[in-house]
Order: sequence, then structure tokens, then C-alpha cells
Amino acid sequence: MSWELLRLHAPALLIAVPLVASFAMPILGRTKLSRGIIALGAMALTSCIAIFLSYTVYTSGVLLYVFGAESPALSIPPDSGGIPIRIIFTIDALSAFMTLIVAIVGFSVFLYSMSSDQRHTGLEGYYTLFLMMIAGILGMVNTGDLFNFFVFLEISSLAGAGLVAFRIEKGKAVEGALKFAVLSTMGALLLLFAVGIFYWQYDALNIAAIASRMQFSLLDQIALVMLVAALAMKCGSVPLHFWTPDAYSMAPSSVTAMLVVSSQASLYGLFRVIFTLYGIKLDWVTVGWIVIALGMLSMFVGVTMAIPQKDVKRLMAYHAISQTGYMLLGVGVGIAVLGDPASLQSYGMAAIDGGLFHIFNHAMYKGLLFLTAGAIIYVTGTRDMNAMGGLGHRMKYTMIFFMIGALAIAGIPPFNGFASKLVIYESVYRFSPVLAIIAMLVSILTLASFVKVFHSVFMGPELPEYDTGREVPLPMLLGMGLLAGIVIVIGIFPAPFIDHLVAPAAQALVNQAGYISAVAGGG
Amino acid sequence: MIGNLPLITVGLITVIGLFTIVSKRNLIKILMGLNIFEAAVNLFLISIGYREGGIAPIYTNAVQGLMVLPTPQALTLTSIVIGVATTAMLLAFVTIIYRNYGTVDTDRIRELRE
Repeated sequence: MSWELLRLHAPALLIAVPLVASFAMPILGRTKLSRGIIALGAMALTSCIAIFLSYTVYTSGVLLYVFGAESPALSIPPDSGGIPIRIIFTIDALSAFMTLIVAIVGFSVFLYSMSSDQRHTGLEGYYTLFLMMIAGILGMVNTGDLFNFFVFLEISSLAGAGLVAFRIEKGKAVEGALKFAVLSTMGALLLLFAVGIFYWQYDALNIAAIASRMQFSLLDQIALVMLVAALAMKCGSVPLHFWTPDAYSMAPSSVTAMLVVSSQASLYGLFRVIFTLYGIKLDWVTVGWIVIALGMLSMFVGVTMAIPQKDVKRLMAYHAISQTGYMLLGVGVGIAVLGDPASLQSYGMAAIDGGLFHIFNHAMYKGLLFLTAGAIIYVTGTRDMNAMGGLGHRMKYTMIFFMIGALAIAGIPPFNGFASKLVIYESVYRFSPVLAIIAMLVSILTLASFVKVFHSVFMGPELPEYDTGREVPLPMLLGMGLLAGIVIVIGIFPAPFIDHLVAPAAQALVNQAGYISAVAGGG
Repeated sequence: MIGNLPLITVGLITVIGLFTIVSKRNLIKILMGLNIFEAAVNLFLISIGYREGGIAPIYTNAVQGLMVLPTPQALTLTSIVIGVATTAMLLAFVTIIYRNYGTVDTDRIRELRE
């Protein structure tokens, strides 16, 4: 009985557990022990629910959860005239895929944070915000309601901004957080404006209900522009990327790894809007090329800005922008051939697979790289790479983890970055060879940049100021080790992973009719 | 024409708000622009739910007649609450920046630019 109830209400628990733990933290998290138990326990529980939920969705199809209904699957009440009026979570394979990413990175980051952040005060507030951010991201990727998406987006950006500013660092961290918060708020307001436009025309807030009535009128086109602008800004794509390096570099490292996932939840929102909300009714060639152009710009500007950086985390933040470009490129090619079944089958689906696969891989290796950067800063106390050197003598494990992350981001086999980039290169080459060649060039520049970082941080003679430096504590190593393990396992065995996790997610993204009928047929 | 007055107002204050955000250099004024833009979005939500001559959507002892739409009002209420939280946080950030840098001029707050 209780097990059955638990299974039935798993989508609600997924949000409720981190949220309740977050608000319990200021009251119960006064001592180091209780704080650690609540934070890590809540995150572990959330990850378990998330993995269980993903498993359910992958094995038995789209899962609906209707808040406040007599039966959790009763999406359209009998007296509502065919409009789903309650808040509905529509969890399809793509949502499950994103939920899985949050579960894995979230758990590693919390494990890491158990020792990396202990030197600071005010930690109960820190974990309050951190758990709230996790709840926000999970809500964004699972909700089937556009207004609800706005609310969760605001929760994750507000909590994220608070965390970026957490260590004031003579005002510099607050400066980064201010930029992040102002741009997030503007983006969220644009999104709300678009939600208003949809409600005006279609009397609905549910994504599936709007999608089934979509006319693609002039107002819908205006709404599309607003949504794309808002979500492209939130995912850190060029030309609205300038908050990314500031916020990523000034946040505590465990937070930065989670901010990467938060940006990817916005990327998920962008793809969800384009594929599920509009589908083939929009002008797919134009929108596809716009997304490809955003991707190419992000890729190129990101990597060229990264090369001259001296701050190790700022450099990695620019690389994060550049990697976001690969995801936009892959999925953009899929959009550009969306209405052309022959091309979609021959290479479009593969391109979408590649883009989504890269989202997963990026979350793993970028999270790992930011955590290693945090470990380096933890030991040396500086971010400036010119002041570092010879750390490889004392931080052997961190050095190995950094190498794994750096080789993965540069797309070197047998790490996971290679697996997804190969899928992107192959499929994009058949669409347009020039784009694929530029993407490969960007990869080479990425490798060059990380070789430089590796050399200046780990190689060379031991510097006298760091000869008391030791390897970082065990929980940090475990957090990094978990991500590094996944990077290697996926890199060596990508095929089953693509077949069983990525391809169903890509199918779910393209299958607009399936998404609509899951909600409309649920009543 | 007169029925479109709320929407014209929405357009007008959206432009004022966005122009303020882009053109001002004082952080407090930028936040004011953000709040003006937010007011525009809230007014837009309210005006799409308005029905000529409608009464408040309360069903208990309701008289017969047209009601305005309740959902946009609920959305607006949520949006106002979120707006208060955002503004409070942003003002706190500005206070900390002023304490550390001694200025709220965006041209002189450039510790992070390279």
C-alpha cells in the first residue's frame, strides 16, 4: 500500500523532498553533523527518486502527474470543457533524461561540498539555497505547464544568484550575481509576457493544450521571439553570454557545477518550446538556421575568449559557452530538417541524438572540471594560473581527474566528449560540411587551451609557497571520482547508452503528437 | 480604441522600462526600469483577463452575469510575489556593492571585466 502510494506520487516527491529539506535547513541545520545529514540525505533521497522515476518513464512511457486531482493521471476534469486546468507534470523520456543528469551531478556536487565548503560560515543558508536550486531545476525539466515553468525558472535563478553572491569576495562575487540576477529576471519577464500571449489566444497554460491549438499567427511569432531570446540568454549562448563568465567564475565551485546544469535546464526549455510547443508549424528552416547560427557563434566566441584568460574558472566558463554551441549546433541541424522526413531519418535524428548526448556528457565533464578547479583553489587559495605550478607533485588524484575532464572536453577518445562529438560531426557533415569542419577546429583550440592550463597548473617544479599543500579531503575526491568514472564508462561504451537513454529522449522531443495525446488522452 | 487603452499602456511602459534598463548607468535606476517592465507584464496579464462589465470571479452567492477571468489574476499575484523577492534581493546586492566599491555607477563597477 505505502509502496504503491510512493510510486504513484514520485513526481511530487521529487520536488517536495529538496524543497522541504531546504526550508528545514535553517531550523535543524545548526550543527555541522545535522547540516551534513540533512543536506546529503535529502540530495541522496532526491537522486534515488529521480533515478527511479527515470527508470519508470523509460520502461513504461510518458508519466502524468496532476496536482490536486482525485487521480494523479486525471489530466482533464470532466467539467472543464477539454482544457487541462490543473498543474500537470508531463514526464517524457527527455524530461527523464534531464532528471537523470540533475540526480548524478547533484549528488556528486553535494558530496564534494561536504568538505570543500566547510571553512565558511552561514552554511545553513547556503544549503537552503542549494536545495532550492535543485528543486527549481527538477521542476523546470518535469513540468508540463508553461506558467509553472516560469515559476521554477525564477526559483532556480533566484537561488542561483544568491549562491553566486554567497562569498562576497570584496563585492566581486556580488557584482557577478547582480548581472546574473538582472538578466535572469529580464529573461523570466519576457517568458511571462509570452505566456500571457498564449493565454490570451488559447485560454490555456498547459504546453500540450497550447501545442494542439497552435495557429502560428503573428502573435505566436512574437511569443516565439521572446521565448527564444529569454531561454538563449539563460543558457548562456552568444550574444547574450556575458553574465556567464562572471557568475561561473565567482560562484563557489560546487555551485558552478550545478549552475552548468541549471543553464542546461534552460536549454531543455528552449528545445521543448521549439519542438513540442510549435513543432512543424513554425518555419523550421529559418528557426533551425537561427539556432545553428547561435551555436556556431557560441562555439567560436567562447573558445577564442577562453584562450587568453588567466583565472582558471573564468577560462572554464568560456569553454562552457563554447560547448553549449555544440548542443545548439546538433539540435539546430535537427530543427532545420524537421519538416523533411527523408533528411530527418537519414541524419536529422542522429544530429539531435548528438546534441542531447552532448548535454549529458557536458554536465559530467564540465562538472568534473569545475570541481577540480575548486580543489586547486582550495589548496592554493588563488585563481590566477600564473601563480600556480608544480601542483602535480602533491595532488596526484586531482591531476588525474583534471586530465580526464580536459581530454573529454577536447573530444579525445576514449572519453565521453569524443563519443558525442563524433555523432555531431558525422551527422552535421552530411548537412553542411563547413559547419562540421569549424566544429572540429573549435575542438582543437579547446585542446590547446587545456594543455596550457594543465602545464601551468600541474607541471613544473614545486613552488615553495605550496609545499605544505596536500591532496584534498576524501569527500571531494569521491565527488570528483564519481563524475570521472561516468565520463570513462560512457566514453568506452557509448553505444548502449545512446540506444537506451539518448535515442528515446530524442524521439520524445520530435514526437509532438505523442506528447499532446499523452495529456489529452489522460482524462 | 478605448478598449485597447490597457494594451497601449502596456506597450508604452514596456518601452519605458526597457529603455531605462539599457540607457541608465545608476544601478538603482536600472532596477527601477526592471520594476517598470515588470509592471507592464502584470498589467498585460490583467488586461487579457478583463471582460467588459465583468464582476469579480467569486462563485459564492454570485449574481448572474459576466465574470472576469480568474486565471490571469492568479498569475499576476504570483508574478508580483516573485517580483518582490527579486527586487529585495537585487537591492541587497546593490547595497553590498555600494559598501565595497563606494559607487553604484555601472561604468565604475568593473572589477570583473578583462
